[in-house]
Amino acid sequence: MTTIDGNLQSERQGLPSRLSAALEAGLAALFAGFMNALEILVRPIERRLGMERIGYFFVLPNLLIFGIFVLFPMLLNFYISFTSGTEIYPQDRSFVGFGNYEFLFDCENVFEPNSCNEDLFWRGVYNSIFFVVVQVSGMVLVSLVTALVLNGKIRARGFFRSVFFYPVLLSPVVVALIWKWILQRDGVLNSLLIALGGDRVQFLVNADWAMLWVIVISIWALMGFYTLILLAGLQAIPAELYEAGQIDGTGRWQSFRFITMPLLMPTMFVVLVLSLIRAVQVFDQVYALTGGGPGTTTHFIVQYIYTVGFSSSIKRFGLAAAASVLLGATLLVLTLLQLRAARSNESG
Amino acid sequence: MRQFAMVTMLATLALVLALPGMAQDVVELRMTWYTDGNEDEVMRDLLDRFEMENSDIRVVMDNVPYQAGILEALPVQLEAGEGPDMARVTNLGGLAGFYLDMSPWLSDPAYWEDSFGGTLGWLRLAGDTMGIHGFPTQLTITGPIINRTLFEQAGVAVPSDASAQVTWEEWAAAANEVADALEIPFPMAMDRSGHRFAGPAISMGAQYFDGEGHPTIAGDEGFRAMAELFVNWHLDGTMPLEIWAANTGYAGANEEFGNSQVVFYMSGSWQVGQFTDQIGDAFDWEVVPNPCGAGGCTGMPGGAALVAIGDTEHPEEVTRVMEYLASEEILGEFSARTLFIPAHKGLATSGVDFETDLDLAMNALVTFTAQVGTLEQTAFDLQAYPNSRIVFDASRDRLTQAIVGELTLDQAIERIQEDIDEQLAELMGG
Repeated sequence: MTTIDGNLQSERQGLPSRLSAALEAGLAALFAGFMNALEILVRPIERRLGMERIGYFFVLPNLLIFGIFVLFPMLLNFYISFTSGTEIYPQDRSFVGFGNYEFLFDCENVFEPNSCNEDLFWRGVYNSIFFVVVQVSGMVLVSLVTALVLNGKIRARGFFRSVFFYPVLLSPVVVALIWKWILQRDGVLNSLLIALGGDRVQFLVNADWAMLWVIVISIWALMGFYTLILLAGLQAIPAELYEAGQIDGTGRWQSFRFITMPLLMPTMFVVLVLSLIRAVQVFDQVYALTGGGPGTTTHFIVQYIYTVGFSSSIKRFGLAAAASVLLGATLLVLTLLQLRAARSNESG
Repeated sequence: MRQFAMVTMLATLALVLALPGMAQDVVELRMTWYTDGNEDEVMRDLLDRFEMENSDIRVVMDNVPYQAGILEALPVQLEAGEGPDMARVTNLGGLAGFYLDMSPWLSDPAYWEDSFGGTLGWLRLAGDTMGIHGFPTQLTITGPIINRTLFEQAGVAVPSDASAQVTWEEWAAAANEVADALEIPFPMAMDRSGHRFAGPAISMGAQYFDGEGHPTIAGDEGFRAMAELFVNWHLDGTMPLEIWAANTGYAGANEEFGNSQVVFYMSGSWQVGQFTDQIGDAFDWEVVPNPCGAGGCTGMPGGAALVAIGDTEHPEEVTRVMEYLASEEILGEFSARTLFIPAHKGLATSGVDFETDLDLAMNALVTFTAQVGTLEQTAFDLQAYPNSRIVFDASRDRLTQAIVGELTLDQAIERIQEDIDEQLAELMGG
């Protein structure tokens, strides 16, 4: 009886493995067929172009997409920044040289937006700088702490990793609407405050509270992504180094200071660059949450570009294009500076 | 047998190939539409009936949100030559350059002039006195709506019961009294719109234009007087910061009013249909005459219009649809079912048999209609000004900055003027 059962069991185990082997063989045959077909197609091109230049052939589709959807619009935007008027087509617009840039920079005192001709641009700039500095610092710090905790031996580690990543999957508008529901006048948080005997707080109408919540919510929404990157960086650090440190008598802080941080630094730079670029581009979530208000308290540079170019009664495409060129240039400089810092850090 | 099969096959093939040609060509027209109440359903019903009588035309309605679809996307589509064949718009003069002059295809142009009169001029460019580009789907009048039930519960007399001419300050005092007595969060509220602000400002004596017809806010004492009251009402809690300070673009307080959180709501006649559906007789809502100031007791006229778009490839078919919808019978039905005040002179004379059993709605429509005669000429001039949207938007955005303390009132007024001048210059090509 035992023998018969054993045979049946081995047959049951054998069936999936035979299926799997057959599937594997089928896939291998399919792949080989595809590669042969590709070779037949590519071989004549390779003969014509030569081995050194065949690479261009492979990147050509991507280059075409990049050229049509990224490079061409960028160049067009650059040209439009030198034009004026409400017409859409470049040939219909008046060329004004640096007029739009001069208009944006026409200030008595650049640190006082009210003294500038285009005060809303400068309000957007200063709000963005404040947001970037506080949000990016907060983001890196919170993500790092979370990654360190999740990298330790804690209970339900997998569950917590999923929980922290979950908000990243939500659309920015959904995030904004959820938090608006929590923070509005008769929202969940105020109901809780009142139930506990506190006073109602105008979280989205008071200027200080509004900026604070915009920062907190953006960190909440994105920290899971950066935590994941840092977690990968932490897991790449060889465990032997910590073991060697322990033998040498290092404490937890010293391990963190002299082993974790130096080896995590390249990953930190990646996180810093990504979060910085994302912070400068902040728009949709804030637009849905506060509309840039109260007043212009959370009116960032991208919202300025959107408002001037698309939502105001007279659409000033030239001015919006000039502001976006300046934003692009700033991002480029910041990225280059950070890459340079990262390289010198690696070599040093 | 084989020959028979071959012949049958060939005959079937010939029939299949010929079928599309035999069917009548159907022209598809697109109409961009937005809705405040039930007008999308009513319009679709009317268009379905048109299509049954005119099998060669099919009209596709694209229902879009007012702010994103009508105010933001439509102007860009029109500028790019990618607009619809017809659209319902509120920036009547600002988009006039994109409209189709239907005169060559209209069977009776005189009907349009006789029926819609001066409102046709709101759709024309400066210097154009003859073009027929569309018709108003409704005439709107801005004005306040109060929650009478709250006044009664608080034991506060409604100021307009005792006098036909009540000042803005008197209304604010009464609304505050009601709100204090019943712990209502917002004594007064106004839609976040420069158009809504304009009526009260003109009532306080605002002129809006200089002697040469250029929009001029700087130095306009009437405008400043209302702006000062308005900013202070936000600072002392008479008006909620939620509507003006915490929004961008247009925002209404209709939900707050419907939830009995507002005592006095400055909005307009287009709310009647929505309030009939959403509030009904849950409480007594009532339209009261526009409050008074040194310049009168005026609201703002306005309206939405259905216009034909100049880039259409089917001007004749578009004109046929427009003629059908603008006919007295169909427009009368549209007004009756949507509770919109018609801009059609014949309907105004004969009266519209509004389809509602709710006395509150009927009274509201009667009060709004009665105010047409009390509107100041400045209000009509401002509405007819093709670039009025620039003035309205600049007023709205800069006054918001004054409310939250980013600008003083004088700075805000200075900025409104600069915004108007800069945008008009941009409109002229920089």
